[in-house]
Amino acid sequence: MELLLAITIGVLVSTSVYLMLDRNVLRFLFGLVLLSNAVNLLIFTGGRLTAGAPPLIDAGEYAPTGVVANALPQALVLTAIVIGFGLLAFTLALVYRTYMTLGTVNSDEMRVAEPADESKLDTGRLGMGKANPAKPATGQEAGI
Amino acid sequence: MSWLLVYPIIIPLLTGVLAYLFRNSPAGRWISVAGTVALLMASIMLMAEVLEQGVVAAQMSNWQAPFGITLVADLLGGVMVVITAITGLATVIYTLSEIPERMERLGFHALLQMLMVGVVGAFLTGDLFNLYVWFEVMLISSFGLLVLGGTREQLDGGIKYVMLNLVSTIMFLAGIGLLYGLTGTLNMADLHLAVRGVENTGLLTTIAVMFMVAFGVKAAMFPLFFWLPASYHTPPVAVSAIFAGLLTKVGVYALIRMFTLIFDQDVAFTHTILLWLAVVTMVTGVLGAAAMNDFRRILSFHIISQIGYMVLGLALYTPLGLMGAVFYLVHHIIVKANLFFVAGVAKRIAGSTDLARIGGLYAHAPLLAFLFLIPAFSLAGFPPLSGFWAKYVVVKAALDLEMWFVAGVALGVGLLTIFSMTKIWGSAFWPAHPDGIKPRLSDLPTFDRVALMLPIVALAALTCLIGLFPEPFVQFAERSANQLLDPTDYVTTVLGVQP
Repeated sequence: MELLLAITIGVLVSTSVYLMLDRNVLRFLFGLVLLSNAVNLLIFTGGRLTAGAPPLIDAGEYAPTGVVANALPQALVLTAIVIGFGLLAFTLALVYRTYMTLGTVNSDEMRVAEPADESKLDTGRLGMGKANPAKPATGQEAGI
Repeated sequence: MSWLLVYPIIIPLLTGVLAYLFRNSPAGRWISVAGTVALLMASIMLMAEVLEQGVVAAQMSNWQAPFGITLVADLLGGVMVVITAITGLATVIYTLSEIPERMERLGFHALLQMLMVGVVGAFLTGDLFNLYVWFEVMLISSFGLLVLGGTREQLDGGIKYVMLNLVSTIMFLAGIGLLYGLTGTLNMADLHLAVRGVENTGLLTTIAVMFMVAFGVKAAMFPLFFWLPASYHTPPVAVSAIFAGLLTKVGVYALIRMFTLIFDQDVAFTHTILLWLAVVTMVTGVLGAAAMNDFRRILSFHIISQIGYMVLGLALYTPLGLMGAVFYLVHHIIVKANLFFVAGVAKRIAGSTDLARIGGLYAHAPLLAFLFLIPAFSLAGFPPLSGFWAKYVVVKAALDLEMWFVAGVALGVGLLTIFSMTKIWGSAFWPAHPDGIKPRLSDLPTFDRVALMLPIVALAALTCLIGLFPEPFVQFAERSANQLLDPTDYVTTVLGVQP
């Protein structure tokens, strides 16, 4: 079972690295999703696998009797999943907003904050969120 | 259970909630100010207790360590909380003038307070997984602050900041999972003991390097710093300032904590990597700063270069080296936040942060020019300011180990730092404004002038104070370094038993 999970984690990590090498930030994000799931599995496996023995305490007892699964990694994974979900939701919204504003999801074309010609940089419009005439967004352009 | 350890976390948390509820009225911003003052008082009370007892620990919900979550403050943790509160208060006062009402309605102050919750939590926790959670609290608030307002630059910088930080977070989590699998514990004091019983030291070193990469991204070490100069110059100045002051320093703090308390098994390997990374970080950062032409972008690259000094202190791994790292950490937060504040005022009265488009600050705002020189010279390491002592201790530690090259680089980087500072001076302060504007402080409304200048004056005074009376601060850093190198007190206090 450990071997199977180890291989699964390995495949997930390599796939995510491949995705994260892409210049399309959306693909990068998908890579992140896979990577965070791989790490969740890693924590789960790292806490040792005990099949078919839920960590339940029998009625009238104060501690589990016999061998039970380790509950701590499950709690950790649960926390990590919840946090990861929140972060990914935020990131997805950020990528979408960036696409609407900058009109691209290609990280090579994102040079607004660090333009090749530095004199073009203008961070003077403090927080006014000037609406930008974004290019019409279509899925095809985003390369989805 | 010592409530002193809980107050610095719970005060900004409650303040954040209240500030969010009152975000549509002016009360919200004053709640934020009051909450931060309370945080400062709570952190000073905690610091007094730590100075008296050495290490203070509290078990949450009375679950005994290593099973429950422990909050613990040693000298380093305590002083970091105080300095967080000071920087936080300075930032909140600065925002009174800088942040437009529109952003306040979007919950700016709530995010700012949550950021402080995460930072303080990271400094006070004694549990590795809990540290991960505080990092996340800090990250998600910083994401919000960075892109709040939604200008093109902010979104562009935000994407890079968010993506690279998420990768580092996942690395951190993977490291935690592997370390737990190896030792079966997550309590940091317990880990200190548990790693001594690990037979597979090769795997332990591998995990150590995973943590090094994860915290290296947060601390903006070479070659993992690219998110920082991409994003730090894009948000409002107050946000830049608190990010510059605190966020990378949380990464450095975590590095110091992990590589003194837990990963001190294979110092010859891990700390040598840290040493050379620190040297390259110093050089890359300052060269980047020398190449930039924007006030805030120069300052952003300086952060990277200064991180190198702190990591260098840790990498030397001598009492003097760590003492330098602790001193540097405290000095740098004050100075760096202050420089960003000055950049903000310069932008306000002269119209831009692009050095080619501003000028005349020396002639028309001599007070601002004077207040720029204090942190700028301190950063470069001029006596008698705080940066001189910080650099002196780190360089001395390197010389004691007969690392001539490293010490030479550290001194050379100081020289280049002053070069890039003169670049700011030579185009923003000395020459006349290209558009003929006379940037006067007196043109600002009185309230704005006070809110903008008060934090700058206070932080500059603090820099001078540390510089002129370094003795108590040096002694403190020395005590703290000894505590880091010999964590017996830390372990005993947390676990309640003799190791």
